[in-house]
Amino acid sequence: METPLAVEHEGRPELRHHFADEQQQRNAASLGMWWFLGTEIMFFGGMFCAYLVYRHWYFPEFAVASRSLSLPIGTFNTTVLICSSLTVAMSVRAAQLGNRKLQVRMLLLTLVFGLAFIGIKGIEWREKYEEHHIPTFHYNVVGGKGDLVEKNAKFLGLEKLKNDPAKLEQRKAEIQRNTQIFYSLYFALTGMHAIHMIIGVGIFIVITWMAHKGRFTPEYHTPLEIAGLYWHFVDIVWIYLFPLLYLIDRKPIS
Amino acid sequence: MATQEIPPERKNYLNAEYGIRSWLFTTDHKRIAMLYLVSITAMFFVGGFFALLIRLELLTPAGDLLLADTYNKMFSMHGQVMVFFFLIPSIPAVLGNFLIPMMVGAKDLAFPRINLLSWYIYIVGAGLYLWCIATGGVDTGWTFYTPYSSLFSNSHVIEAGLAIFIAGFSSILTGLNFVVTVHRMRAPGMTWSRLPLFVWSHYATSIIMLLGTPVIAITLVLVVLERTLNLGIFDPTRGGDPVLFQHLFWFYSHPAVYIMILPSMAVVSEIIPCFSRKRVFGYNFVAMSSIAIAVIGFLVWAHHMFVAGISLYSALVFSFLTFLVAVPSAIKVFNWTATMYKGSISFSTPMLYALGFIGLFTIGGLTGVFLATLGLDVHVHDTYFVIAHFHYVMVGGAVLGFLGGMHFWWPKITGRMYPEAWGRVAAIIVFIGFNLTFFPQFVLGYLGMPRRYWDYSHMPEWQGLNVLSTAGATILAVGYLLPMVYMLWSLRYGKVADDNPWQATGLEWTTQSPPTTFNFDETPIVTWEAYEYEKMPLPQEVTLER
Repeated sequence: METPLAVEHEGRPELRHHFADEQQQRNAASLGMWWFLGTEIMFFGGMFCAYLVYRHWYFPEFAVASRSLSLPIGTFNTTVLICSSLTVAMSVRAAQLGNRKLQVRMLLLTLVFGLAFIGIKGIEWREKYEEHHIPTFHYNVVGGKGDLVEKNAKFLGLEKLKNDPAKLEQRKAEIQRNTQIFYSLYFALTGMHAIHMIIGVGIFIVITWMAHKGRFTPEYHTPLEIAGLYWHFVDIVWIYLFPLLYLIDRKPIS
Repeated sequence: MATQEIPPERKNYLNAEYGIRSWLFTTDHKRIAMLYLVSITAMFFVGGFFALLIRLELLTPAGDLLLADTYNKMFSMHGQVMVFFFLIPSIPAVLGNFLIPMMVGAKDLAFPRINLLSWYIYIVGAGLYLWCIATGGVDTGWTFYTPYSSLFSNSHVIEAGLAIFIAGFSSILTGLNFVVTVHRMRAPGMTWSRLPLFVWSHYATSIIMLLGTPVIAITLVLVVLERTLNLGIFDPTRGGDPVLFQHLFWFYSHPAVYIMILPSMAVVSEIIPCFSRKRVFGYNFVAMSSIAIAVIGFLVWAHHMFVAGISLYSALVFSFLTFLVAVPSAIKVFNWTATMYKGSISFSTPMLYALGFIGLFTIGGLTGVFLATLGLDVHVHDTYFVIAHFHYVMVGGAVLGFLGGMHFWWPKITGRMYPEAWGRVAAIIVFIGFNLTFFPQFVLGYLGMPRRYWDYSHMPEWQGLNVLSTAGATILAVGYLLPMVYMLWSLRYGKVADDNPWQATGLEWTTQSPPTTFNFDETPIVTWEAYEYEKMPLPQEVTLER
């Protein structure tokens, strides 16, 4: 404690000048990441809050639009993401055991899973584009390829309005308008999530390179752990997004 | 005037390295604090210039100096520059950055490189905002209310929104650094109950920065997306809800008020015991009231929206919670006052600012309680009463705290004393100018003068009070410029400061003035409580005055 700085830190290249020991440095880094994830929860929280408000306001429209999302693709993508979290955890374990080969392999697998997730998401978005479900880009849910209104006429209560063409048209315009809110939030939420995924892939390219260079030892692998925390968080955001956007109230429409 | 004889120069953080690169690539928290000081001072003068134009326009009832549209831009940009680019970073990023590592006995903040990154992010945000001003500015009011900001405004909302979004990350990173530093970097023996109250207050501030800022970030992103991609999330004609925007906006922007005032309280909690030569009264209560303000502050946001169509029941709850947040603020005021009781008070410049703070913050806080009262709020909503209220908190509170803190720690930061007589004169000018500017606005607001109006020729009898206010603003400007001049002067000609010119407690005063790059030669081991003023000798100046 009372030795001068230079002596105290000699031969410990990973220890930054202002920390007393490695333990303090590791604890600081991990606490910092946990707090950062706290800010991320608040960041997504604003959009989750908007989603819940509008889902409550425009329930039938949200239910119909939610069912237009592809369940098989969504489920598959969720699996891919969970697998990527597993490989991250295994690479951390490999680092603890000092197994560099396994570490690098697991990290490469993580990158593959991460990129696969983004790619599959892209395919989903492309489908939405073809169905004219991207807000303001020729957005249309009445008739045509991406029809939601005629298909779900009964659920949306349009049959009761059959005899009143003026009211029917008005209701259809409302549905057109309100489903657009769903898709606005869908793209804002999944888009923000995708941006986080892309940043995550960027971070893991660096981490994989560091692992390849043998920078992580059983004693020191803080960057890997910290990056892993971030990756798991992005994964967890999706674990909330998936049911909220795809699953809830997905009973068959008679 | 001849420069003083100075002893052979000691190594310190200022002369450790020279050259512009040594500043731009520094990771020393003290140097980063200085970078922030220069940048926020520049932004303060930009915002002050807009304030000047606003006050000149209101000198006469007719709208004769500026065009109506220009006036809208002036008050919008005055608010945004002052709030997001001056007040929020002011004390935390300058004094907090400089002092927190020293106060907890650390060599630096936990993440020095992230600290530097936060300054660069701030510069990018501020630069983008200046670009927005140069290309025509923004006229939405500082609050960006939709659907005006998203649909109708023809000004540069996207640039302004993105600038504030970016600057938000700098405040998140600063908060993150402070929280981790306080948790993980304390010197041996520096327990939580031995931390200076400055650190407690900044800890509470950091929590608000961390949990509040991301919400306004995503809100502004949604507004920008709404403008660029025509989403309808906040647009009532497309099924969206403008009140949702207000909820999200105020969820950050009300706690943001506490980001501005808590650091000021932090400064005052250090100054008062020092110039009363007494232990702070009720340490635990002052520390915990900071945390209470941070927590309750998150639950009061809808009091900005009493007339925006929220339900009566939620209005009642938010009104009650707003009364509640006054309690910890009052605890602080009572404890500072009790600290001074029977103390050996000296009216040095920092103490004058601290006393000014207590008085003006009390007025600002109590008028906040008026505004939390549902019935009265309907009457004075969107009038100059509100303007006067929050300027009493933000200028009378936050800016006075900032100036007081700058004077108090100036000897530590620069190694030179500011000229005490000029300091006292400036403090008194600021106090008088401030009250002359903003007290008439309480009256104007109660008489019904609406905020954001550029022309009040339908009510020419309001002119007298407006003239007083403009005159006061001029005096206030002198009060701001004076410290600028004599502090720069003192850098070269000021008396060389001792390591502890005030005989204050706190680890920062055990370092050399100015401190060395790593603050302490040896990690200090703390075996004493905070504010043990009964064990400190009296500073020289106080003994001379007797």
